[in-house]
Amino acid sequence: MAQLAWLVPLFPLLGFVIIGLANRNLSKSVTTLIGSGSILASFVVSLLLFFEKVSQPTPTTVHLFDWITAGNFSAKFSFLIDPLSTIFLLVITGVGFLIHLYSSGYMHEDDGFRRFFAYLNLFVFFMLLLVMGDNFVVMFVGWEGVGLCSYLLIGYWFENTDYNNAAKKAFIMNRIGDLAFLIGIFLIYQHLGGIDFNTAFNITNLANLAKGNPSAITAITLCLFIGATGKSAQVPLFTWLPDAMAGPTPVSALIHAATMVTAGIYMIARSNALFSLAPLTQDIILYVGLGTALLTASIGLFQNDIKKVLAYSTVSQLGLMFAALGVGAYSAGVFHVVTHAFFKALLFLGAGSVIHGMGGEQDIRKMGGLRQSMPITFWTFVIGTVAISGIPPFAGFFSKDQILAEILAHKGIGITAVAMIVSLMTCFYMFRLLFLTFFGNFRGTQEQKHHLHESPLSMTIPLMVLAFLSTVGGFIGFPHGIGHEMGIHHWLDGFLAQSVVITPNHFTAGQEWTLIGVAVGLLAGIIFWAMKTYVTDGKIPVKDSEMEGLQKVIYDKYYVDETYNRLITKPLNQISSGISNFIETKIIDGGVNGIGHFTKWLSSGIRTIQTGNVDLYFFAMTISAMLILIIKLFDK
Amino acid sequence: MITVLLIFFPLVAAILLLAVQGETSKRIAFGLSLAELAIWFYTYIAFKTNPIDASLSLKKAWIGSIGASFAVSTDGISLMMTFLTALLVPFIILSSFKGKYSNVFYALILLMQTALMGVFTATDGLLFYIFWELALIPIWFICLIWGGEHRGMITFKFFVYTMAGSLIMLLGLLYLYFQTNGSMGRSFAWAELVQAGKALSETEQGYIFWALFLAFAIKMPIFPFHTWQPDTYVVAPTPGTMLLSGIMLKMGTYGLLRWLMPLVPAGVAMWGKTAMILSIIGIIYASCIAIVQKDFKRLIAYSSIAHVGLIAAGILSWNVEGISGAMMQMIAHGINVVGLFFIAEIIFNRTNTRQIAELGGLRQVAPQLALLFLIILLGSVALPLTNGFVGEFLLLNGIFKYNIGFAAVAGLTVILGAVYMLRSYQSVMLGDTNPRTENVLDLDLNEKIILIGLSILIIGMGVYPKPFMEISQPAIKTLLETVKN
Amino acid sequence: MQEIVQGVPLQHYIWLSAILFSIGVMGVLYRRNAIIIFMCVELMLNAVNLMLVAFSRYHSGTTGSSAQVFVFFIMAVAAAEVAVGLAILMMVYRNTKSTDIDFLNRLKF
Repeated sequence: MAQLAWLVPLFPLLGFVIIGLANRNLSKSVTTLIGSGSILASFVVSLLLFFEKVSQPTPTTVHLFDWITAGNFSAKFSFLIDPLSTIFLLVITGVGFLIHLYSSGYMHEDDGFRRFFAYLNLFVFFMLLLVMGDNFVVMFVGWEGVGLCSYLLIGYWFENTDYNNAAKKAFIMNRIGDLAFLIGIFLIYQHLGGIDFNTAFNITNLANLAKGNPSAITAITLCLFIGATGKSAQVPLFTWLPDAMAGPTPVSALIHAATMVTAGIYMIARSNALFSLAPLTQDIILYVGLGTALLTASIGLFQNDIKKVLAYSTVSQLGLMFAALGVGAYSAGVFHVVTHAFFKALLFLGAGSVIHGMGGEQDIRKMGGLRQSMPITFWTFVIGTVAISGIPPFAGFFSKDQILAEILAHKGIGITAVAMIVSLMTCFYMFRLLFLTFFGNFRGTQEQKHHLHESPLSMTIPLMVLAFLSTVGGFIGFPHGIGHEMGIHHWLDGFLAQSVVITPNHFTAGQEWTLIGVAVGLLAGIIFWAMKTYVTDGKIPVKDSEMEGLQKVIYDKYYVDETYNRLITKPLNQISSGISNFIETKIIDGGVNGIGHFTKWLSSGIRTIQTGNVDLYFFAMTISAMLILIIKLFDK
Repeated sequence: MITVLLIFFPLVAAILLLAVQGETSKRIAFGLSLAELAIWFYTYIAFKTNPIDASLSLKKAWIGSIGASFAVSTDGISLMMTFLTALLVPFIILSSFKGKYSNVFYALILLMQTALMGVFTATDGLLFYIFWELALIPIWFICLIWGGEHRGMITFKFFVYTMAGSLIMLLGLLYLYFQTNGSMGRSFAWAELVQAGKALSETEQGYIFWALFLAFAIKMPIFPFHTWQPDTYVVAPTPGTMLLSGIMLKMGTYGLLRWLMPLVPAGVAMWGKTAMILSIIGIIYASCIAIVQKDFKRLIAYSSIAHVGLIAAGILSWNVEGISGAMMQMIAHGINVVGLFFIAEIIFNRTNTRQIAELGGLRQVAPQLALLFLIILLGSVALPLTNGFVGEFLLLNGIFKYNIGFAAVAGLTVILGAVYMLRSYQSVMLGDTNPRTENVLDLDLNEKIILIGLSILIIGMGVYPKPFMEISQPAIKTLLETVKN
Repeated sequence: MQEIVQGVPLQHYIWLSAILFSIGVMGVLYRRNAIIIFMCVELMLNAVNLMLVAFSRYHSGTTGSSAQVFVFFIMAVAAAEVAVGLAILMMVYRNTKSTDIDFLNRLKF
């Protein structure tokens, strides 16, 4: 069965090719059928692969063809099917299918319906390559490929210059990370002798390198991590993700929440053999992850655009996942990727449903009271909010609890407190969003109010499925301590043990219960506070122009974009203009032309000797000839 | 013999073409260039059956008294280069169908092809030089007769600049020639020159290195010898620009690979690093200029300088990865840059402007153009599964093996390339239309055939580069071993 | 034939051709008439020819004759030169009604 793994990416590729080539000749329903059907087919194959790996977890390599071969360097186009990749396959194709289904409703009125599905299928194809590749180069193919699709989909409405700028920004910032990733690949090739996972993670190889040249491992892991910060929007390369919300909402759900942005976590989890040997890099990952989480969670507190709030929340959750990786809890990071894919996709799709109902409005200050007119959206959104806030027994609780426990076990109470603050902030802004959107009175225009409606079934079914998953999805990772007592083991850790290092967890049931108790108590307080502010008191965030002080600074995202603009973009432009207008034209080309001018000037002096008097020429010739003779004579 | 046929068939074709007047000359020229491509395939099959087949090389005494012979030979590296030439000329001719060009124009293109084929297969120093100079003549006429504004001055500069480089190269080759001392006396044969070069002192090799490098650097061009290039690319008629950028600049990179690195190894050891630094400066420098460039054709010209700088740096790193990457990238760059210039031509024909700022919104009115442009652009920014990636990845890998720092700086091309390419794509194709662009027509059949053909090559070579890699691998290994011994 | 040439000592040939050459040079320098200058140039060429033939006989033995081949070349070139030169002179005369070379001073920068 595993040998048929190539079918998984093949279906979306075929979907892309068929929709892309047939384009105008396809009706919308056929497009939906092909576009979603291909992902469903992939999902079925992934499911089969998954069950095979559950019973037989040893990794399988599927070799397709030799791709790049030069001297000793060899990159094969082959896939690796193991527990880690099957988990990602399921998330990508499963959530991907739901989002495709949702898009058929959401994008129904759009002129570029087919183009949209073609891009989405292409994206899924590349994302599958990313997680299935059995070496770093194939992973890089997927890595850049999803970047391209992200570019195409952010700039999907290409008439709008802002959207185009956002798309370009995303691509270029990703490319900065990609360069570091490339250099990481070169380093791996140089120090470990091969870029396929088997060679690169070979235990003897790694042990030798760790003994002989430990700094090489640090360099490799740092390069890979910088690559991950680009794709997964971590400090300092995080500013593209909030802008990426310019794309259609299903895109934000699929690419910029559930799948693509978790590629960095996948990459580090995949390379855990390397990262475990580089404590320095791990610390950096932890601090960068936590720093990102804290920074962006605080920005999320004051945002008023429904998608922007979710975007910052995504960056912040990704930061938590990186923090987990930073303490070596790879399985906890992956666990959070899975649950996050469920509830964040749910929240984005819910937001999309709201925007759809509101006729394109995204500002939560102009919403309110939507729970009557959009009941399904409302209830599923509630589940999503509760799940992301980490309230038991919803999915987010289990994964977040595991991350907090791991951080506590490895780094002590101080660092854990930071992570805790992040999840409290998350809880606050999510409930703020929920209350402002669905409670209170409607604050939009009459026209919008008239237009308000629940979304069609094609959109609400995915919401309901995702809501279900967000509710029960957490049980795949039941806490060790408590579970041990109750006889439920942590299924995910056991499953992933083939692919990643699982650190033993020393917590007893009592300690776990305490942690849970503290967390839940604090969360309840936060929810109560948010409820009092936005529901009982009915407070509405002030207009942009009325903001002041710290609030304004945070609302304007700490002016990070402006700083980058001033420090990098502008100087680059100025230097480039300087080179173009001065060095190129004046110095280099001027120098070349100068040689020409010099020759001209020189000959203009000499040519005056040519008087035109033939007599004189003769005379000069004769005298010169005689002179030469005489000199020759006397020379002897 | 096949190699000789490959070289002189276009010459015969060019002469035949002089007898044909009018519109039919285009079609005949196209047919003849396809025939040349067929001859190449025949060569390829012969090479596949037996890479050292006797029919692939020919050596005849030519000017016996000075030891120059007519010696040509096709090995893997030459085969790749002749492929590029044979492949692109039909595209270039096809792309000129709408222009007002006479039969002489096509005869000149075919004459150019003869010279290029000769350069890529010659194994005799003098023959190489003669073909090298011969290649300059047709392109000079093409630019001079069918060029744009200020063509007189600009082509003059181009001619004198490259000519000066070539003459210095001749000096270098002659110096080596006078050191040869085979059983038959002095000789221009490549193998003899290699032996002579090795025997020289380090200082002498250093001088020869610069003599040869200068010629190749001007041809490619490498910073700071590049200033003839943007002007010439802009002023030349688009088929001429395609010839220049697609094929002719590869004469420089090929020369570097075949006629510089093996000839003076000690000189390379001494000065290779300097040359590499120049190439890498060129990458960044040209990319920066491309970022602020306002003229679309000029932007492509500068992007070409950046790409070629990377190829040169890869060759100078002198390892299997770097050279294999360079071979791939030479083909890939040829295909991509021809595509880009063709797109510039299409846009110029329809809007009458090359100013990026005056364009916009073309995607709304010409979606097919937008899609094919995007594919070619992605090849140019080296996205995986396009031809540009295979080459760029191996090139950077090769440079990395040579020096990590160099690779990091050269790697900036990954970012800067995306910056200038996406910026131009955005302002030309995306956004809203303006009066200049709102009535633009989408591609016609001729344009579609060319662009789709190029796109298939771009993706095909990116997904399955193995056949191409296989051609050159043994030859690269041999070349590396020649130097080692 | 060889005997006849060698019947006169080499020095005499040298003197004769030196004198002829000098006469030619003087003629070219002093005369203004283009046609006479032409004739003087021919005189110089023939002086050189004489010298070549003589040296050839005296120095390259019985077989060598490459110097004499040069003489034929010079004669042929001289004939061509006269043909072209006289044609030019004709044109000059038609335009200026004169063959005075001082009149032809426009050949300059």
